[in-house]
Amino acid sequence: MTKKTKGGKLEVRDVSKAYGNGRFAKTVVDRCSFTVEDNKLTVMIGPSGSGKSTMVRLLASFEQPTAGSVLLDGKRVTKPGSDRLVVFQETALYPWMTTYTNVVFGPEAQGRSKGSCKKAADELINKVGLSQFHESYPHELSGGMQRRAELARALINDPAIMILDEPFRGLDAMTKGLMQEYYARLFESSQNTHLFVTTDIDEAIFLADRLLIMSNFPLRLREVIDVDLPRPRKLADVIESDAANDLKKKALAILHEEAMRSFMPSGSAASEVIAG
Amino acid sequence: MIATANMQPSARAGVRAVIAIAATVVFWEVTSRFGEWTGVAIPMMNVIPPPSRVLLAWYNLIGDVGYWQSWYLSFLRVLAGFGVAMLLGIPFGMLLALSRTFYQITFPPFEVLRPIPPLAWVPAAILFWPTQELSIAFITFLGAFYTIVINVVGGARSIDSRYVQSAYAMGASRWTLFRRVIFPATLPSIIVGAAVGMGITWEVVVAAEMISGGGSSMGQGAGSGTGGGLGFFIWNSYTGGSYEQIVVGMISIGIAGYISSSAIRILGNLVAPWLKAR
Repeated sequence: MTKKTKGGKLEVRDVSKAYGNGRFAKTVVDRCSFTVEDNKLTVMIGPSGSGKSTMVRLLASFEQPTAGSVLLDGKRVTKPGSDRLVVFQETALYPWMTTYTNVVFGPEAQGRSKGSCKKAADELINKVGLSQFHESYPHELSGGMQRRAELARALINDPAIMILDEPFRGLDAMTKGLMQEYYARLFESSQNTHLFVTTDIDEAIFLADRLLIMSNFPLRLREVIDVDLPRPRKLADVIESDAANDLKKKALAILHEEAMRSFMPSGSAASEVIAG
Repeated sequence: MIATANMQPSARAGVRAVIAIAATVVFWEVTSRFGEWTGVAIPMMNVIPPPSRVLLAWYNLIGDVGYWQSWYLSFLRVLAGFGVAMLLGIPFGMLLALSRTFYQITFPPFEVLRPIPPLAWVPAAILFWPTQELSIAFITFLGAFYTIVINVVGGARSIDSRYVQSAYAMGASRWTLFRRVIFPATLPSIIVGAAVGMGITWEVVVAAEMISGGGSSMGQGAGSGTGGGLGFFIWNSYTGGSYEQIVVGMISIGIAGYISSSAIRILGNLVAPWLKAR
């Protein structure tokens, strides 16, 4: 981390993604447009199975859109890069590497010498509270520790934008709450650009500066809600805040409508079942 | 009964193993000698020499050069065949898994050859290898090769796509990706393939030694199996009518196989320490 890059701004322009051909084509993302503002924490929320993870893969260029484009600071991106790093749903730490080796993987892969990234790595491991687990393998860490190690592994590359795809899914309620507060502190101290994907409305309101509510399959932007709660935020304060509750009601009304849509025996839903 | 309730789990397992082996030996001794003692022979067991006589035969072989030469030769053949199978099988399997072109060209013939049992190769191997030693090593190699390749292909193909994606995103080159992600991710499968392959190698080497009549005439000794490996040692004891030595040879192979698989397990833990505690 020699230079601290400012957070980048990510624009999604009319992006569509379809799998399969002709009659069997299945559109997962349909002419979707939105912006992830620089140095803000944007939360994308939508029902599960709505195509959010597909969108994450498109943003990271793990897959290419069928139509439309993804722009980082105005420039079109087509290849995966350390400017857009993803923290996945379940841990993607390398099980054969210790915490330290996992964290320095990025800098070393980019050709930095083993010694030069040691200081930054040690600092980060300290910051995520894993200094005692420096030489532990991922399976020796708890779920929460694994996520923190993964955060460190991504942060050391100083990405212009961090993408977190339901990173706290599968954690128990206590750990999840602690991780949300920890993550909020981390964001507040760095003020980089983050895109956080979730299905959990409480998590979304607590973390977000901007909330992108997505439509259910195929994925589209349904509504943007600005969450102007003061920072630094505390979980207990946000739970009791009327402003937060109003935002939550507003968001839930839209989400409920979207979730209902997938239960309706409408013509489009039926055709999706056949096509799937 | 020995009380095992208050013991360490490892000590308890050890005690149980000793008791189980001792019980087997006693059962074997009694059933084998039953006819001798009572005049009513137990079918099948009565033709097997009792462990006391086997141990005596074994004791007489301890100083026999030919017996130890059999160990040495079989081990040499197993290690040669197994070693070459690892050296060729791992890169071959990796290529199959990583290159679609290579896979499409090579896999069909591989799949046709694979079901042919290594022992069906014996006559052909004897014909096209200049020495019998090489034909035995070749057959041994085949036994391990297919298993190792299939395991490597399976392992390298089932790597979590997120491992590859995040490596690319963090700026890894193709070579770094292979060296630091794909290869270590395949290691558990390689170790499994090696363990299974090692077992097959012992099965094959013994049969090959029996069929080929002991290979080279290396080594001399007073025992009935001179210099042909443990498989030939058994066969020679059979033709020579020394039934105790047949059993000695069989147990020797059991021990040799156990030593080999323990070695693989230890090596596996050394190269993949992250798998140990799981």
